[in-house]
Amino acid sequence: MTKLDSKIPEGPIQDKWTNYKNHIKLVNPANKRAIDVIVVGTGLAGGSAAASLAELGYNVKAFCYQDSPRRAHSIAAQGGINAAKNYQGDGDSTYRLFYDTVKGGDYRSREANVYRLAEVSANIIDQCVAQGVPFARDYGGLLDNRSFGGVQVSRTFYAKGQTGQQLLLGCYSAMSRQIGKGKIKMYNRHEMLDIVKVDGKARGIIARNLVTGEIERHSAHAVVIASGGYGNVFFLSTNAMGSNVSAGWKVHKKGAFFANPCYTQIHPTCIPQHGDQQSKLTLMSESLRNDGRIWVPKKKEDAEAIRAGKLKPTQIAEEDRDYYLERRYPSFGNLVPRDVASRAAKERCDAGYGVGTNETGEAVYLDFSSAIMRYGKEQANIQHIHNASETKIRELGVDVIEKKYGNLFQMYEKITADDPYKTPMKIYPAVHYTMGGVWVDYNLMTTIEGCYAIGEANFSDHGANRLGASALMQGLADGYFVLPYTIGDYLANDIRTGEISTDLPEFVAAEKEVTDRIDFFINNKGTKSVDYFHKRLGKVMWNKVGMARNAKGLTEAIAEIKEIREEFWKEVKVPGSADSMNPELEKAGRVADFLELGELFARDALLREESCGGHYREEYSTEEGEAMRDDEHFTHVSAWEYKGEPADAVLHKEPLNYENIELKTRSYK
Amino acid sequence: MSTANGLNLTLKVWRQKNDKVKGQMETYQVSDISPDSSFLEMMDILNEKLINDGGDPVAFDHDCREGICGSCSMYINGEAHGPGREITTCQLHMREFKNGETIYIEPWRAKAFPVIKDLVVDRGAFDRIMAAGGFVSVNTSGNTQDANAIPIPKADADKAFDAATCIGCGACVASCKNSSAMLFVSAKVSQFALLPQGKVEAKERVLNMVQQMDDEGFGNCSNTGACEVECPKGISLDNIARMNREYMSASFTADKK
Ligand SMILES: Cc1cc2nc3c(=O)[nH]c(=O)nc-3n(C[C@H](O)[C@H](O)[C@H](O)COP(=O)(O)OP(=O)(O)OC[C@H]3O[C@@H](n4cnc5c(N)ncnc54)[C@H](O)[C@@H]3O)c2cc1C
Ligand code: SF4
Ligand code: FES
Repeated sequence: MTKLDSKIPEGPIQDKWTNYKNHIKLVNPANKRAIDVIVVGTGLAGGSAAASLAELGYNVKAFCYQDSPRRAHSIAAQGGINAAKNYQGDGDSTYRLFYDTVKGGDYRSREANVYRLAEVSANIIDQCVAQGVPFARDYGGLLDNRSFGGVQVSRTFYAKGQTGQQLLLGCYSAMSRQIGKGKIKMYNRHEMLDIVKVDGKARGIIARNLVTGEIERHSAHAVVIASGGYGNVFFLSTNAMGSNVSAGWKVHKKGAFFANPCYTQIHPTCIPQHGDQQSKLTLMSESLRNDGRIWVPKKKEDAEAIRAGKLKPTQIAEEDRDYYLERRYPSFGNLVPRDVASRAAKERCDAGYGVGTNETGEAVYLDFSSAIMRYGKEQANIQHIHNASETKIRELGVDVIEKKYGNLFQMYEKITADDPYKTPMKIYPAVHYTMGGVWVDYNLMTTIEGCYAIGEANFSDHGANRLGASALMQGLADGYFVLPYTIGDYLANDIRTGEISTDLPEFVAAEKEVTDRIDFFINNKGTKSVDYFHKRLGKVMWNKVGMARNAKGLTEAIAEIKEIREEFWKEVKVPGSADSMNPELEKAGRVADFLELGELFARDALLREESCGGHYREEYSTEEGEAMRDDEHFTHVSAWEYKGEPADAVLHKEPLNYENIELKTRSYK
Repeated sequence: MSTANGLNLTLKVWRQKNDKVKGQMETYQVSDISPDSSFLEMMDILNEKLINDGGDPVAFDHDCREGICGSCSMYINGEAHGPGREITTCQLHMREFKNGETIYIEPWRAKAFPVIKDLVVDRGAFDRIMAAGGFVSVNTSGNTQDANAIPIPKADADKAFDAATCIGCGACVASCKNSSAMLFVSAKVSQFALLPQGKVEAKERVLNMVQQMDDEGFGNCSNTGACEVECPKGISLDNIARMNREYMSASFTADKK
């Protein structure tokens, strides 16, 4: 177990980070110029890290598979970013954000990391505003806030429904400035296909130029993995089409432990699947739960009539609606955490109350009619319109809702052809985020020396469930404020190393491994497309390793995924050639890695014999269907060491010690 | 899955191996496409068919598939991002098409956006324009002043936000008969010009970004307004007017770097 040292600094929790920063080694500016850092990924985590490291003086080489850093998946984040600013004076503080995050994560995250995250959160907002990020403001010109699930304060900063876009464009601007100066060398349309270790240390990567197909060697003194989450192991998710596990998986195969693969977030409010031709799912931001009320019909026959298209939701009387979240969780209501809301939706649909008119019948309503009327009345008062008619009130209310969520409503209408101002939205849970990821210590270093993992790619801050608006916070905290310090402490030992040669035998060997695999795909001439296998894997994952898991299903899943993987390697068909742009070849490599991860994922879920956060085991629940944690046996991080086949992976446990927060049953009732 | 209302379509798709060879339109048939499918899902189905028939699938850029990353870039039936206003190709749904229709699918066409393969073009010019000045020169330090230290009138903040929603897709360039990038550049210039944080470098910014735009080979703006019509994010021509004002005043007063 000696291998897993989390390197948490000594001292009281509120002093750890400051003390740490006061005692680390520094690299002087002249020496920084002699040090190269590779950053894989240009989302919020990678983009902010690349920009900050370049500003500090390091030579940065940044990689992304898209044609521009501005297109990283972070761009799609909608709702907002948390920060303990307490601008609303509603009792927020660093401690409260720390507490909410640990509790929201169902007591499965590392206290010291989470505290640091809460501590630097306020700086993120200052930094972004200084960069020109146009956050929403109130009429006094100050920053506005909204509320997200699982908390009782308003600490979420936002830019309409495009918060991720605005934050990422801020990072991209900061990167652009350094690209212009030549301090960041940007490799667009490049995919990292392996990490190169020299004397046990991360010293470079092998990447494929996705335009020419060329395989390239890149060296550096440290490698930062910021490649995002692996939700696409389920095929259908809210992630971008290209989101993948490969960079994380490649470092895992070279010695980085992979932590808590089974912790996945299934987001409660997504647009339901329309059919078999579906390629991805679309999220409707959690911010909508501020004003939308979730319900299904109280009577089964009403639900049946809706599914058959014979009844409209607007025809169902108020008393015949079951606002099940408000009923089950009166104190948090529609704003319970995501895992709780998702399971509750599944429970209602499984019980026959679903209202989807698609093949599955799986959907619940998210209804804005009460909010529209409430805001309408408020506006009528503000505008001194006495005795306003119902139509007028509705009109005024629609206006307010439009200002708050206009682009989301529009997005919904484009996809479904339904007008959510007039009829409730139909929503259903979908895979959204992965809390698990590459294991890192307090320095964000993996178990490979000199290899770091930041953002969604690591496992560190969200435990078994992430609270809304905390991923953006974590990505930017890691990249702007944490890694720039911690990596310096490591690189201080490299000031005399000099440039790493890419002619070293380690580079030659890693490159050969990569080209062999590509040649295999091109020459295999199988019978089935990559998507065929990806979809099959996704089905197994969703049905047996999804929202509700049990030992029988997980055991079957492990065997089935292995089978699919074996068939993949026999039958996969990749058209085209290796020496040109070839999207099918890119997908083949990613799906190959998903097929390994999927099995480890199911194994991890099988071994965790408790329910916590997004990991729900049917065997470990109360009669009312609430999750049951087992703190005595499972208050640890499960970190997996690669040993060949996923079945041979070795489990290491990092115990989690709660010194500042008492472990409690999470209750939102 | 055969559906009563599935669409059968003829597709005329631009195929081009790389930037060195000439391309041409090829004809394909797809059948039984669900009207609820997105346009890109229809392209997936075409590709799956091509792969199974031993052909070469059509390359196209896409990632988020929800209208925000700006990757997708198809010129459909003579319009950037196809029929429909304020949407990207990935947000276009097949219910907009009729059974039996022929659909023409081409890449963005502009000198500054060379074709890489099939429907994929190189929009690197946009990144280089950004690197020329699309930023506020502030380092990450942790010591920036408090975010609420400078109140910003809501109207300005909202206008800056509207300009900042540009997704960098390039539809404006593709729709313009001169292949001008004015809408894209002016959106970034406006965002910063409207915010106090951006004002400090406003002059150098506009001069440098416009210079880079010209160097990249984008054409001049002749105010036809096609860009605004096809822009998926509704970026307004007002931004071009604002940039012109900024540019004029900067040309007279700034020491250009
Ligand atoms: C629809 C949606 C809405 C969301 N809304 C919110 C929200 O409101 N608030 C919130 O806090 N969180 C939200 N999230 C979660 C949040 O957006 C993500 O967790 C976060 O943006 C991840 O950032 P990242 O930098 O870690 O990775 P990403 O943004 O995913 O970036 C990954 C980068 O890695 C690159 N990459 C990947 N693999 C390779 C490779 N092999 N080689 C080279 N490059 C590679 C990619 O090109 C990309 O640049 C949302 C997520 C989704 C899906
Ligand atoms: S201005 Fe509009 S069309 Fe042009 S790049 Fe931006 S979003 Fe696309
Ligand atoms: S794929 Fe992202 S905008 Fe279309």
